[in-house]
Amino acid sequence: MAEQEHKQNRPADSRQETDEAEKATAPVAEELAEKIDDLLDEIDSVLEENAEEFVKNYVQKGGE
Amino acid sequence: MTERVAGAVLGTETEFGITISGQPDFNPVLASSLVINSYAGSRARIQWSSEEESPGRDARGFGYEPPPMAEFESGLVNVVLANGARLYVDHAHPEYSTPECTDPLEAALHDKAGEYVLEQAALAARTSLPTGERLFIHKNNSDGKGNSYGAHENYLVARSVPFGDLVRHLTPFFVSRQIVTGSGKIGSENGRPAVDFQISQRADFFEEEVGLETTLKRPIINTRDEPHADPTKYRRLHVIIGDANLSETQIFLKLATTRLVLEAIEAGTIGDPIVLTDPVESVWRVSHDRTLHAPLRLADGSRMSALDLQWHYLEAISKHAEMEGVSDVDQQAIAEWEQVLGLLETDPRSAADRLDWAAKLDLLEQYRERDGLDWSDPKLRLLDLQYHDVDRDKGLYHRLIASNRMRRLFTDTQIALAATAPPESSRAYFRGRCVEKFADAIVAANWDSLIFDVGEDTLKRVPMMEPRRGTRSMVEELIDNSDTAADLVQGLGGSDG
Repeated sequence: MAEQEHKQNRPADSRQETDEAEKATAPVAEELAEKIDDLLDEIDSVLEENAEEFVKNYVQKGGE
Repeated sequence: MTERVAGAVLGTETEFGITISGQPDFNPVLASSLVINSYAGSRARIQWSSEEESPGRDARGFGYEPPPMAEFESGLVNVVLANGARLYVDHAHPEYSTPECTDPLEAALHDKAGEYVLEQAALAARTSLPTGERLFIHKNNSDGKGNSYGAHENYLVARSVPFGDLVRHLTPFFVSRQIVTGSGKIGSENGRPAVDFQISQRADFFEEEVGLETTLKRPIINTRDEPHADPTKYRRLHVIIGDANLSETQIFLKLATTRLVLEAIEAGTIGDPIVLTDPVESVWRVSHDRTLHAPLRLADGSRMSALDLQWHYLEAISKHAEMEGVSDVDQQAIAEWEQVLGLLETDPRSAADRLDWAAKLDLLEQYRERDGLDWSDPKLRLLDLQYHDVDRDKGLYHRLIASNRMRRLFTDTQIALAATAPPESSRAYFRGRCVEKFADAIVAANWDSLIFDVGEDTLKRVPMMEPRRGTRSMVEELIDNSDTAADLVQGLGGSDG
C-alpha cells in the first residue's frame, strides 16, 4: 500500500471549495491583524493572574 | 439501509479537572462532592447499584472476576438527572456520563450538556467557598505533570462481531484519528520525547495495544466487557483513547466516524485491515507531529502518515455508505470529515474554526508572535489550560465562540434543554422520566435497571436489559397516566420496560 496511491485517491474538490469560500470572505490583511489584536487583548483581560503560580498549582490525581 | 447494532446506542463519560485557587491543601474528592451536591440541590440523590457492574470482565474471554457482591456503593456522591445522565465522583474528579443516545449528533449534544451541567455546578459550588477561594472545572485530560484522567466513549456492538476484528480495524483508526479528535497541549508527559506542542492530550499515556487497564498501562483498545445490556446479544465497546473536546464539530466527528467504522466492520465492508508495525509508538508519533505527514511503518514494509490513514478510512466509509446506505446524520459526518481532512492537508491552522487542537495552536502562535514568547513561558501554559475552563466568561474556548471564531452545531438553548430532557429513543427516556416524576420512590438506579420502593414488603426491580426499549413511544403514555410509582410498576406488569 504505497503512500502515492492514497494521495491519488484523495478527493480534491473540498479543498478547492474551501479556497474559494475563503477568498470570498477574506478580510484584507490589516483588518485581520486588527481583529487578532482585539482577540488577544480580550483574552488578556480574562486570563487568570499570576500565570506561573496558577499553572504550578494545577495538579490533578490520575483518574479513570 | 440495513439495520445494524454497531453504535446504535452510544454515549460518553467525562472526568473533569478540578482545582480551588487560594486553597493550597484542597482535597479533590471533597471538592468534587461539593460540586455535585451543589448542583444536586433538591434533586434526588439516588444510589447507584453496582450489582450488575463488572469492570473486571475481559472481552477476550478470560480473566473473569468472582461474581460481584450484591451491594450498593455507599458514601459516594451520585446523582441521576432527569435527562437520564449520571453525575458522580470518580477517582477524585467530578464525572458526567451522558444518557444513552441513538445517533452521534444527539450524543454530541449530550456531551455538551454535561459540560453545561458542570459549569452550573461550579457556579453553585463557588457560593459556599470563603472569599479569596475560587473553584475551577476544566474539561481536559491532563495536568501537564504526568497525571491523566479520561474522556471515554461507549458504543453498542453486536456480540457476534469477533473482538479480534474490532482490534484489527480500530487500532490504526484510533492511532490516526487523533488529528481529528485531539484537544492539543504544550509539551510531553510520561517520559515521551520532548515536544513544543502536540495534537492530543492523552497520547503520551498509552502504553499497550490491548488490555483491561484504564488507570495505568493504558491500552489503545480497552477490553472491559461490561455491556450494561443483554450480554448474549451485545458488547459495549469502551473506548478510552480519546480527548475531551470542547468543539462541537469535533465531538460529533469523533463519535460519528468511530460509529461508522464500527458499522462497516459489522457489515463486512471495511476492507482489509492495515497493520501498523508499532501501534503504541505510532500513537505518540502522530500526536507529536504537527505536519501530519510523518510516515508510520506498516507490517508490509510500506509507510502511511496519519492523514493517509484517515483518507483511507474515509474512502472505506464512503464506499460503505454507497453500498449500504446511511442516515442523514452520517452523511453530514462524512461530508464534514472530508472537509476537515482537506483543511488539515492544506494547513492545520486553517481548521482553527472547528478543531480544538488547531484553535489552541493558532491562539498560542498568535501570542508567541505578538509577545515573543518561548514555548516554555508560563503564560502559554496558562492559555493552554484555560482553553478548557467550562466557565463561559473565563474559558478561552468560550471566548472564541463568543467572538464567532469557532463553528457551532448547537444553540445554547438546545444544550441547556438537553441537561434536563432525556433522549427519546433509548431506555434513558424511561430512566429520566422516572427520576423526574417518581424520584422519591427510586431506591437505586443503574444503566440497566431501576429499583422502586412502592411501599410493599419487597422492592420492585425494573430491568432494562434492552437499551433500545423504554423509549418515548413505548412508555410515555404509561408514565403520564401513572400517578404513583406503584401505578407505574403495576402498569409495566413485570415486563421489560
